Amino acid sequence: MNDLARTIRVVTLYPDVMSIYADRGNLIALRARCRQYGIGCEVTAVGIGDGLPADADLVLIGGGQDQEQRRIAADLAARGVRLRDWAEDDVAMLTICGGFQLFGHFYRTAEGEELPGVGIFDVTTVAPAPGAPRCIGDVLADAGDLGEVVGFENHGGRTYLGPHARPFARMRHGFGNNGDDGTEGAVYREAIGTYLHGSLLPKNPAVTDRLILAALRHRYGPGVKLETLPPDPYAERAHRAAAAVARRRGRPNP
Amino acid sequence: MAPGFGPRERGALLAGRAAGQVVRRLGRGGGTALPGLIAGRLAPTLIESAAAQLGHGVVTVTGTNGKTTTAHLLAAIARGAGLRPLANRSGSNLERGIVSSLVDAVDPGGSVHDAARRLGVFEIDEAHWPLLAPRLRPRVALFLNLFRDQLDRYGEVDSIAAAWRAAVSRPGAVPTLVLNVDDPSVAQLGEDTRGEVIGFGIEDPAAALPAPEHATDARFCRCGATYEYDAIYMGHVGLWRCRGCERRRPAPIVSAERVHLGAEETQFDLVIGERRVPVAIPLAGLYSVYNALAAAAGAHALGLPIEATARALADSGPAFGRQERFHVEGRTVRLLLAKNPTGLNEVLRALEAAWPPLTLLAMLNDGIQDGRDVSWIYDADVERLAGLVGKLVVSGRRAEDLALRFALAGIEPAAVDTDTRVALQTALLATPPGGRLEVVATYTAMLEVRELLASMSGAGHYWEHDE
Ligand SMILES: [Zn+2]
Repeated sequence: MNDLARTIRVVTLYPDVMSIYADRGNLIALRARCRQYGIGCEVTAVGIGDGLPADADLVLIGGGQDQEQRRIAADLAARGVRLRDWAEDDVAMLTICGGFQLFGHFYRTAEGEELPGVGIFDVTTVAPAPGAPRCIGDVLADAGDLGEVVGFENHGGRTYLGPHARPFARMRHGFGNNGDDGTEGAVYREAIGTYLHGSLLPKNPAVTDRLILAALRHRYGPGVKLETLPPDPYAERAHRAAAAVARRRGRPNP
Repeated sequence: MAPGFGPRERGALLAGRAAGQVVRRLGRGGGTALPGLIAGRLAPTLIESAAAQLGHGVVTVTGTNGKTTTAHLLAAIARGAGLRPLANRSGSNLERGIVSSLVDAVDPGGSVHDAARRLGVFEIDEAHWPLLAPRLRPRVALFLNLFRDQLDRYGEVDSIAAAWRAAVSRPGAVPTLVLNVDDPSVAQLGEDTRGEVIGFGIEDPAAALPAPEHATDARFCRCGATYEYDAIYMGHVGLWRCRGCERRRPAPIVSAERVHLGAEETQFDLVIGERRVPVAIPLAGLYSVYNALAAAAGAHALGLPIEATARALADSGPAFGRQERFHVEGRTVRLLLAKNPTGLNEVLRALEAAWPPLTLLAMLNDGIQDGRDVSWIYDADVERLAGLVGKLVVSGRRAEDLALRFALAGIEPAAVDTDTRVALQTALLATPPGGRLEVVATYTAMLEVRELLASMSGAGHYWEHDE
């Protein structure tokens, strides 16, 4: 540990367009956690039309309104081959809400327009008929060996998993991908898609640690170890408090 | 008997007044909403007929941030100019709050007392303005800004902007629009109206931010291109210009120049056309300049003289919970409302101007009026206070979330307690005698802590606060 020679290279996609509901919180938490580990964290922001760096260990993309998704969709699709290669190469990814939707096959807007995705997750997303309620509320979900994850979701689109997709978590409280099938998000290799917004990494250090470890392994080889630190006490307390809120007022699911 | 009221409306008014008296007698809040709720139910057209009685008509104040302070300042200006403003109170800015204030203004005979001198100054929730404006038929409609706020409740910012545009372009009575030209989503409402437009804005690039903030809520022009800025004052508000079309910030008719931001007060030159008057307001922060400027522009739209405006601005105190001061146990407590990322950024900026090290009580609630989703705290630049805070106490129902946010910004809390009373006591003890405690709170947290501060300092309940 405390080996400043180790540095992960992070790419944030469209941070000024795709960051609604405080998605930047994830980057703040990632940087802070890297600091605790003594790992360097080099961040490159990539906007519309900017070149992607030659390589990356971790890719972050947040959510946006329909208008913003429409705006980035073509630019993102043009980077599809590269991003898919990265995913196959076990680059860590955290894609949230609108970003998650566009890392699936497509997002069909309420107007019926189909925005192509990069297809890393075998998922499709459809905006519901006008007037259908948005999926808004506190979330508590079971993410397997990552334990319980907590957060807040706010999305119109309903996401459906294809045969090759694994969910990120199983719902306990909240809507999840579509409100019906009890799934939340998706996982492919080291890529995570989820509807939990900007306080995901701050309040779920287990997810942060997973991403950091995957990024380190991408950079330094599969043998790399991360001697996991205990969660930050503030993060742990915030996690517990958010879980209690979700249990009290989150929509039970199933 | 008032010509505007039928028997049904008179009955509704009496019922509303009775409800208000009962609520107040029981000590259950100020009855700022219930009388209106009851009266509005019994006589749905009450709002139209009561508003129509006001001799000087109605001004509406809407936008995300600054409604209460702007309405408070505009009412003070109107009062100084000899009018009798009628305002909704304590942030009760939905239909029931407005009807409640109308209920209070009606005498037992059923007519609005002193109707000839009456001016309605109603702050209206930004999502409800399109529904309420056609019923209030305002003479002047003032739009402050449009920021992300409670996205879990109102949906996306774009939908509010679209609803405003549709509402101002509707046929029918056309109000004079008073628009913040520095906010592109507000300024462009001028394209949609057939009525007169009075723009206000800040003309002082020295007051601009050194770098854009993360919380920026209008990026795209109607033509689809992005904006560029010669100066950004806050969020997406500043000297903007479209990269793709001819649209740019219109020149304001009412402006603030030579802005000086102090720890306690703010000075600027109020410029209206050819006239220039120096103004000092006892409120901190650039957002207070916008609120004062908006009130001045509203007053100008009403034809009130600039001298009355400058005088009233200098003399007016803070609005409820917005930089209000209390004297408690030998300390001064300043209460600052912050309910969304841009609002919090502005409050943090005002605190940067205060004398460090700060003693700070920060409170985050997640009630319906605060927004259930508390992750917005990550959109605000809490990092601004790093190195300036001596003692931090964190409270509110989501104290743990806020403590984590501060810790991630490198500001470690000295204490975290969800109990408001305990947290306030801890924070007061952490404040040196004769010193100052800054309290930053979301809406319902502000109500809770204000109630405690009021009782400890002997100030009034919130429903007794308004003049
Ligand atoms: Zn344009």
